[in-house]
Amino acid sequence: MPQSAEKVLDHAGLFKEPEYQEIFERKKGFEGGCGAAKVQEIADWTKTMEYREINFKREALVINPAKACQPLGAVLCASGFEGTLPYVHGSQGCVAYFRSHFNRHFKEPCSAVSDSMTEDAAVFGGLNNMVDGLANAHALYKPKMIAVSTTCMAEVIGDDLDGFIKIAKQKGSIPEDFRVPFAHTPSFVGSHVTGYDNMLKGFLTSFWDGKTRSETAAPAININGGFDGYCVANNRELKRMMKEMGVEATIISDPSEVFDTPTDGEFRMYAGGTTAEQMEAALNAKGTVFMQGISAAKSAEYVEKAGQKAVSLNCPVGVTGTDAFLMAVSELTGQPIPAALELERGRLVDAIADSQAHLHGKRFALFGDPDMLLGLTAFLLELGAEPVHILCTNATKEWTEKINALLAASPFGKEAKAWPGKDLWHLRSLLATEPVDFLIGSSHGKYLERDIGTPLIRIGFPIFDRHHHHRFPIWGYQGGLNVLVKILDKIFDTLDAKTSDSASFDLVR
Amino acid sequence: MSAVLDDKTRNKALINEVLEVYPEKAAKKRAKHLNVYEEGKPDCGVKSNIKSLPGVMTIRGCAYAGSKGVVWGPIKDMVHVSHGPVGCGQYSWSTRRNYYNGTTGVDAFGAMQITSDFQEKDIVFGGDKKLDKVVDEITQVFPLAKGISVQSECPIGLIGDDIEAVSKKKSKEVNLPMVPVRCEGFRGVSQSLGHHIANDAIRDWVFDKADYEKPFESTPYDVVLMADYNIGGDAWSSRILLEEMGLRVIGQGTGDATLKEIEMMPRAKLLLLHCYRSMNYIARHVEEKYGVPWFEYNLFGPTKIAESLRGIAAFFDDTIKEKAEQVIAKYTALSQAVIDKYKPRLAGKKVMLYVGGLRPRHVVGAYEDLGMEVCGTGYEFGHGDDYQRTTHYVKDGTLIYDDVTSFELEKFAEKIRPDLMASGVKEKYIFQKMGIPFRQMHSWDYSGPYHGYDGFAIFARDMDMAINSPVWGMTKAPWKK
Repeated sequence: MPQSAEKVLDHAGLFKEPEYQEIFERKKGFEGGCGAAKVQEIADWTKTMEYREINFKREALVINPAKACQPLGAVLCASGFEGTLPYVHGSQGCVAYFRSHFNRHFKEPCSAVSDSMTEDAAVFGGLNNMVDGLANAHALYKPKMIAVSTTCMAEVIGDDLDGFIKIAKQKGSIPEDFRVPFAHTPSFVGSHVTGYDNMLKGFLTSFWDGKTRSETAAPAININGGFDGYCVANNRELKRMMKEMGVEATIISDPSEVFDTPTDGEFRMYAGGTTAEQMEAALNAKGTVFMQGISAAKSAEYVEKAGQKAVSLNCPVGVTGTDAFLMAVSELTGQPIPAALELERGRLVDAIADSQAHLHGKRFALFGDPDMLLGLTAFLLELGAEPVHILCTNATKEWTEKINALLAASPFGKEAKAWPGKDLWHLRSLLATEPVDFLIGSSHGKYLERDIGTPLIRIGFPIFDRHHHHRFPIWGYQGGLNVLVKILDKIFDTLDAKTSDSASFDLVR
Repeated sequence: MSAVLDDKTRNKALINEVLEVYPEKAAKKRAKHLNVYEEGKPDCGVKSNIKSLPGVMTIRGCAYAGSKGVVWGPIKDMVHVSHGPVGCGQYSWSTRRNYYNGTTGVDAFGAMQITSDFQEKDIVFGGDKKLDKVVDEITQVFPLAKGISVQSECPIGLIGDDIEAVSKKKSKEVNLPMVPVRCEGFRGVSQSLGHHIANDAIRDWVFDKADYEKPFESTPYDVVLMADYNIGGDAWSSRILLEEMGLRVIGQGTGDATLKEIEMMPRAKLLLLHCYRSMNYIARHVEEKYGVPWFEYNLFGPTKIAESLRGIAAFFDDTIKEKAEQVIAKYTALSQAVIDKYKPRLAGKKVMLYVGGLRPRHVVGAYEDLGMEVCGTGYEFGHGDDYQRTTHYVKDGTLIYDDVTSFELEKFAEKIRPDLMASGVKEKYIFQKMGIPFRQMHSWDYSGPYHGYDGFAIFARDMDMAINSPVWGMTKAPWKK
């Protein structure tokens, strides 16, 4: 008997015991499988160039994409405003999925409601759901704002959010002056980052439309982080750096508190977030910095139309990225970059110098969201590492141009190829036929690590199978240091494992 | 006695308290889903399987979740296409922990997200042509796939696609079973209709196409273990007991199942039904059409395990009955050792449950084996028959909440202050913030298996580690005490 009360074996150990191995063998007799030899033959074949060619001919079938759908992004964006309840108009299952997706990444509660449209709404439209839904949500959860986005069901039947919200107000579901920013977020267009952008624009429109801008004399700017799995730590790091610079920065959409509340006996459904007053004042700021510009294109365009300067960065990670960010802020505000930040910069450069020999020439594959890939690739290039496969399922034309330009500008980018619109099953073929030393991406990359053996460095979204990574920034010089250490730890762990039976198992590396 | 009365009074007051916050129309509707169980009543006195109210933060999912996520998704040697936009498949990718043996992407396709990734043009012009192509490409990249199912997402039913016609055509062309499933998320009120639709698809597209005239060497002890989704290996720690008592498990499903094993259901002498809610439909069909009886069993905790093994054995001859007794005897020492170790740390602790399927009732016995008490329970997507069955498990005065809203559950827990909340990932972090120990009872909180005797030891360990973790002693800063 494998189990005992003294030493309880769970799934990780229990099923390796002979009793269970025998069961698995007996079960095979009923499974009608192809046999181990055939499975091995096909498994080997899937790692060949021949298979890669078949795999890359796919036009309709998508296997393990690295992207999610629009309303997920809308929910993250909405979560970053004070007292705001994300509300998704359409089928209820979607909201259950969005909430659990963020639960698993942040290990935190995620509050959002659906208006639970079903067959009758499919026929008659979801107006009644909106009228009742806003009233119920307002009564139960007492939000300051409700931010409405849509599932694909509501989009396919063509529900009109603007009209529906107005009617709901007329019917008394919520007070006339209650603010309801909204965005149509069809899941069959773009990805989660598109939905984030749409919702962000919905907030900007709600607060700024029809208002007259008068630029402040104060060194005040807005910063938006975009769809960022590291928002908790990144936003705090941004605020800290801005304080060092004497810049009054409003983070537009700041979920850093709501996704990092304490365990002290009280559940806070709402915590922190950009306030309505901040949003009103934000119009008069000197400009808005979009940390992930490709994923905030519509919002940036809106900000410029409102008469503000928009600075679009691409998830700046590392020395030059952070330099560019701080210089942009300095240019917007006229505030100099203080010695304290320059000191941090020097420390990051120091760390890179200490470790560069272990990084130089190491070959990397990366997958993730467009802006993050630009930021991480730029960092790898400044480390002297060589990005080889850069795969972006939710790429835009702008991304492809930018990543190619970035690679062309560095001798370390010569080996690299960008793969827009491809999925992780494509990446599997790439890793099998053109091997690299390390893979950077979300937890979904763990299947690639298992299949191909390429060690995975977890940077991206979602991170489901490691805890608390999102509590450490990847932006700023401090963030650069975190990313550097993450990469180095994997390099050294891999080297130790590789040399454990040889003289090269060094104490000092 | 007075304690029960107190609980009853408190629970009734609690229900009134939460209802007061709702708008009038909503309060009236929610009132029917909340009740305090009265001993001797034939059901729990709540309405169920009714539409969730808009805007209340229901915990429920959708029909797609019920079909792709629960019933079809775990069938490992088929490729399940999440047909529609990318999201549904992405969020349900590998998150349910239905374990399987096999080489992923080669002869097993469980921990994968396979989708037709609808774009705007597919919505405008229809997705049937795309599906046609998807099928061809599946056969090229996954040559060992034994079948393909089409898991419809919301747009499919709204844009008028004919996935049945495509499936019939392609099935012939590529010589593989194809199963179109109309589990669009807007259908029905919860996951539950998705289970039903998925069951009907097994009937229409698997059984009705299989050849049961073909000879099959059967034995009098052939069973199919069904509606166990093998969360953390549950079906395996159940199967070990069935085999030990002399039964031949000719099929297992849908956790770690192959399509061939699903086809076995009509061949069995007895269908063993773990999750009644999600697969009773097909069990009833097999009983009616093929004359195979079914039995709902419960392998949580030694009391219910022994009861169930005897109940199963009662369908067979004396050899099986004797062997069942031997199995029960064999594991008695293990169960007793587990109880001796953990009961002293858990006795008297109060649990609130809120789960789906069968667990709001089936796990009650396991808690009671450890001396714990379930003081509130409810189903995400239960029906009237679930609430009838629940009466065999719960005590007088238990708080019952159907399709509970996040608001209600939080208020109930605030007042009742259970020693353990046992629910899902969406609830986990809420209650932990409140300082209430929590276990996820859908995914076993990344642990398991919990079924069978081997699973009971893990269950007991996990409940102990949740409740008796030192972390709960640190939630208040000492200078504030």
